[in-house]
Amino acid sequence: MMQTTILYIGRDTEITIVMNRLLNARPEWKGICVCTDQEAMSVLETQDIDLVLLGNGIDLECEQVLRKRIQELKPNVKIVQHYGGGSGLLYGEIMIALG
Amino acid sequence: MSQFILHKENTRGHANHGWLNAHHSFSFANYYNPERMHFGVLRVLNDDLIDGGMGFGTHPHDNMEIITIPLAGAIAHKDSMGNSAVIKSGEIQVMSAGTGVSHSEFNALADEQLNLLQIWLFPNKKNVTPRYDQQTLDVEARHNNFQQILSPNQDDAGVWIHQDAWFSLGKFDEGFETEYKIKKAGNGVYAFVINGEVTINGQTLNKRDGLGIWDTDSISFKANSADAEVLLMDVPMEL
Repeated sequence: MMQTTILYIGRDTEITIVMNRLLNARPEWKGICVCTDQEAMSVLETQDIDLVLLGNGIDLECEQVLRKRIQELKPNVKIVQHYGGGSGLLYGEIMIALG
Repeated sequence: MSQFILHKENTRGHANHGWLNAHHSFSFANYYNPERMHFGVLRVLNDDLIDGGMGFGTHPHDNMEIITIPLAGAIAHKDSMGNSAVIKSGEIQVMSAGTGVSHSEFNALADEQLNLLQIWLFPNKKNVTPRYDQQTLDVEARHNNFQQILSPNQDDAGVWIHQDAWFSLGKFDEGFETEYKIKKAGNGVYAFVINGEVTINGQTLNKRDGLGIWDTDSISFKANSADAEVLLMDVPMEL
């Protein structure tokens, strides 16, 4: 089975723990969830990531810097905004992003 | 020239978890239909039947405007902002999830089924401070009238949210006709029939059908049955 590796970045620790559980509950997904941009860049530098989900609490300035750095480092990685902070929209967001 | 999309009741997504019988007008959880992702900023319209005493344990949300309208029964709500409340039929609850909030929702009654509409709109601003509100609505004021129950304005009728959206509820006598004017240029209207049969812009709709209309500034409405009840969601079409 092809596994899609998804990096979730969100500031709220509790939501990040839930997202980690949700993303790793499906065998076709591998989720890596972090709260800081430094952790995110470290993951991107060392692992193959297919999709980045931008979660809660990332202000506009940080988001712009993150997007720029991710695109420079891994231009093929898709970046999408995750809304809702739970399972409701997650599957649809990932399916749409992966085409 | 106005455009429309019709979502018949029996084309909605369906998930029966035993204690929860849910119908989804748009893709939600394990129901995924790329043709049913959203209507403008309206992303979720769930029609949930929840058994007595059952419900959703504590779970988080962020960056979403979440509106709950109980149609029958009562919801017990608790959240991380310290709110603890029961919302009954005839009331409306709103939660701006913003930077993040956790809450639980249970059927407040042990021996009665709860039927609620839960509606999620994309916010017009990310990472707002989470907030909660609920209001008791004057149910009589919606007789043969689209009663505004939600708006973007704190000093307007109903609850308010972080989005240029207006919701209205109406309950109509058979044969009653009216026109609804869209509140803001660029908005469309998603009409959801709670009960009865109605005709909107020439389309006949029955219980739990949905009709989205855009590229127009008004819609025509006629009630075809004595118990016609409709929720109008006037929402920006651009994400």
